[in-house]
Amino acid sequence: MNRQMMKGNEAIAEAAVQAGCRYYFGYPITPQSEIPEYMSKRLPEVGGTFIQAESEIAAINMVYGAAGAGARAMTSSSSPGVSLKQEGISYIAGAELPCLIVNIVRGGPGLGSIQPAQSDYYQATRGGGHGDYRLPVFAPASVQEAVELTMKAFDVADRYRTPTMLLGDGAIGQMMEPVTMPEYKPAETDKSWAATGWREGCGRERAIINSLYIEPDRLEALVRKLEAKYKAIAENETMVDLQYMDDAEYAVVAYGTTARIALTAVRNARKQGVKAGLIRPITVWPFPEKVICDAASRLKGVLTVEMSLGQMVDDVRLAVNGQCPVRFFGRTGGMIPGVREVYDQLMSMKEGL
Amino acid sequence: MNLQMIFAGFGGQGVLLMGQLIAYAGMVMGKEVSWMPSYGPEMRGGSANCSVVVSDEPVGSPRVEDADVVVAMNKPSLAVFEKSVVPGGLLIYNSSLIDEKPTRTDIRVAAIPANDIAAELGSAKVTNMVMLGAVAQLTGDFTAEELVDAMRHKFGPSKEHMMPKNREAIERGMAAAKG
Amino acid sequence: MATVFERPKFLTDTPFHYCPGCTHGIIHRLVAEVLSEKFNQEDVIGVAPVGCAVFAYNYFNCDMYEAAHGRAPAVATGAKRVHPDKIVFTYQGDGDLASIGTAEIVHAATRGEKITVIFINNGIYGMTGGQMAPTTLIGEKTTTSPYGRTAERNGNPIRICEMLSTLDGPSYIARVSVHDVKNVLNAKKVIATAFEHQAEGKGLSLVEVLSTCPTNWGRSPQEALKFVAERMIPEYPLGVFKEV
Repeated sequence: MNRQMMKGNEAIAEAAVQAGCRYYFGYPITPQSEIPEYMSKRLPEVGGTFIQAESEIAAINMVYGAAGAGARAMTSSSSPGVSLKQEGISYIAGAELPCLIVNIVRGGPGLGSIQPAQSDYYQATRGGGHGDYRLPVFAPASVQEAVELTMKAFDVADRYRTPTMLLGDGAIGQMMEPVTMPEYKPAETDKSWAATGWREGCGRERAIINSLYIEPDRLEALVRKLEAKYKAIAENETMVDLQYMDDAEYAVVAYGTTARIALTAVRNARKQGVKAGLIRPITVWPFPEKVICDAASRLKGVLTVEMSLGQMVDDVRLAVNGQCPVRFFGRTGGMIPGVREVYDQLMSMKEGL
Repeated sequence: MNLQMIFAGFGGQGVLLMGQLIAYAGMVMGKEVSWMPSYGPEMRGGSANCSVVVSDEPVGSPRVEDADVVVAMNKPSLAVFEKSVVPGGLLIYNSSLIDEKPTRTDIRVAAIPANDIAAELGSAKVTNMVMLGAVAQLTGDFTAEELVDAMRHKFGPSKEHMMPKNREAIERGMAAAKG
Repeated sequence: MATVFERPKFLTDTPFHYCPGCTHGIIHRLVAEVLSEKFNQEDVIGVAPVGCAVFAYNYFNCDMYEAAHGRAPAVATGAKRVHPDKIVFTYQGDGDLASIGTAEIVHAATRGEKITVIFINNGIYGMTGGQMAPTTLIGEKTTTSPYGRTAERNGNPIRICEMLSTLDGPSYIARVSVHDVKNVLNAKKVIATAFEHQAEGKGLSLVEVLSTCPTNWGRSPQEALKFVAERMIPEYPLGVFKEV
């Protein structure tokens, strides 16, 4: 397919369609409303179903229903709406259903702002709802990458029977960049667990799509099973992008749009002879802790930049584990850090200020 | 090439479209590009602006702070973004709606009476295309043909009938920038 | 020897966990009989609620979901849209459907989702130990209305059938009771009609079944049945409220 300019939200929606998603349930909220708008037009063209649900809660439960029935299904929202979805996400994790949740993050807490933010990091990477669970969280830094990760997120969801999240921010959703839709073939998956209609002797167990285990030993067994799954995901699915890290003495750790800003700051620092590099987690859970731990042993300092008061920096500190100083710089509430601000932080870290 | 641009004006002046067309043109030329809008309630008649980067290497920050080119379509935009032009950079302003001259002396400044030229062409709708012509002329990075191609890309064949008028507007803008 | 009574194929052999005198068991059986008479096992997918019927997936012998509290109509919507050729039903109590799940049932109804909803109204939260339900009658004492429900303090009971029948989406809305044999037989007919509406591809069908909770009502099973007849039916009149 040709290279074409696409808005992030529309590109994510089209990528989902290309990935075989035929069921979308959602509710409008800025800055992601182009996703339901696009799906409402596109899905009927391919025989799919779009429902504008009565709430984000209903939408995620429709996803539960469709995913439990064996279909590729998704929902999308922005921060306040994703908070509402947490009930359903927890049930989906417990029932081990594959699906995609897109969060185009805006400033919070509360109704917050509609501008880009990364302040849902804790919520996204710690499961988000109640109970012992995680979900793979993909954080694209460009529209092209948003497309590729949307497709990948569906595959990972199917492979591990887990909800996955695409964690963008308002800028990723709203900006336009050239996109080439990759050729996509969904990975083969066995969905014989799904509720598709059962009769005695049909060759499989009766499907019970469920997260209720009233006996604690059985629930512990389920959570242990999830734990093993999460270990495998951490082992196999962690993604990180390294820029200028070969000889770096100072590294910026940033993800999503912030990583783009940091990249420009790093390039500017290089122009001044400072050996700076960028570590960009592409999956924020699983977090690329080994890569950061390994890099930290050779670094003089790490600067974490986020559009929040500092959430990912906790994971960076755990990964660096005291091997070098970790500094944090953030803007929040919908404010985007400037290249100059990040550059100044980088330079002052180098000066030991 | 690494061209960082800001387009700013009222919502309804076609500011976001100007940026998109430059980004499309850049893409068609095989460059790396990004277009990032201001978004939200301000698009309904308030101020609107967008950042565009056209570059040989993958685009870093999609949000432009230090602009090689600022296009100001109205007075408030000039007030906000005049300071964003890098020394030696280019400021193009719509002198039909802006009666004050920019104060910076370390940058190139071009006054284009975009609304007046569009009025002469009989269509207020092409004001932004006049301005885009001036951008093409003054940066030297885009031709009228490339901008018309970008429009075709953006709007598709159903809007082909609009192309001659828009091409004319682009060319008038280029001429105004030359003169 | 002729078989005169047997377990319908839509019931597993798992014994019900319901309290003595509770009418959930009767209603389960009615639903299972109707399904068994009308459909093949593979044609039906059910959705269990949160509440006393939370383990309904252990009893209905077909593919089943367990939904979050109140969300069964949304879950059923997702399932039905993926499998439009299947019969999809939810089985929900009054806390589930008429309180926390009001948005889901109202909007599934107004969309005219082709699902069947069996709505159990016993005027109490049974599983959590006898708290006030949205359908608890005025004057009734519960663990969260210890002085007796008053409209002023606790708000008024909600009538789901009457409310939903104002919408264009549902194709069949009816209220039945199972407090005596005559009503049990009628309830089965009404439940059968509700499933027929779905099989014919009409809109949402809902049957509200007035039910008992001797344990949390503090009444004997006999007193509980009498309470349904004498106190509940006047407030929740039986009948077909909408039929398209």
